[in-house]
Amino acid sequence: MKEANTMLLEFESRSQNESFARTVIAAFAASLDPTIEELADIKTAVSEAVTNCIIHGYADNIGIIAMRCSICGNELTVEIEDKGVGIENVEKAMEPLYTSRPELERSGMGFSFMEAFMDDLEVESEPGRGTLVRMKKRLGKPDPLKEYAKETALKGQ
Amino acid sequence: MQNSKNHGRNNNTAGEEDTVYEISQRCLIIRLGKELDHHNAIGIREKADKYIERYHVMHIIFDFSRAEFMDSAGIGVVLGRYRKVYFIGGRIAVASVGTVIDRVLRLSGLYKIVEKYDSVEIALNKLQKA
Repeated sequence: MKEANTMLLEFESRSQNESFARTVIAAFAASLDPTIEELADIKTAVSEAVTNCIIHGYADNIGIIAMRCSICGNELTVEIEDKGVGIENVEKAMEPLYTSRPELERSGMGFSFMEAFMDDLEVESEPGRGTLVRMKKRLGKPDPLKEYAKETALKGQ
Repeated sequence: MQNSKNHGRNNNTAGEEDTVYEISQRCLIIRLGKELDHHNAIGIREKADKYIERYHVMHIIFDFSRAEFMDSAGIGVVLGRYRKVYFIGGRIAVASVGTVIDRVLRLSGLYKIVEKYDSVEIALNKLQKA
């Protein structure tokens, strides 16, 4: 039987909620029995998306960030949405090392990290309306290194 | 290490106030707390820069032995400090990096400009010999 679950969390765009959002997603994903690496990947991706809402979407004003999560089988979907300024040019924003706010010492790696740590990343944005980031990760994929270790261990027996 | 007792408490500032700064000759050692994200990056950046100016810091060592989480904001902190010291010939080292943090550092390409050592002591040795 496929496991299924959903949840919605809304919180204010305050920077202390970055760690709050990470804690919540970690707890929600726990039923998928993630590895330490998988959990770190998910937390990092969520942290990047939430930070983007705070710094860029609401540009240091306080607004509401919505985090919608769902589990279907071994797949986790996370949507993080703000009703902030939106992104004029999504393609440009997603370029590695691009940042619109270098004065904040932003490394310009937020979207790159989301892409690298999750299996799927979609960004929908409209200037003046807000931004929605949808990320998916399939858990429990065989880790090539661990599989190799298992195989060699079996051969040794 | 005075602050390391606060660990069990569930406070949101687990990164910034937990961070300990030490000066050894012209080396600044930044002993990071549990989490390095945008929220506590702001405080760490400010405090580190005060130390850099006051003590004419040349080299910086980031001690990750207590760190469990870092995102791209942490990369910004390391990169920003690098920019502060590199024109006076300073170097940046990271020490006691666990697997989770190591993945983030590797992915960012930061190892091209930052040296990695097993411990702060080894890093200090290498940096102060030069």
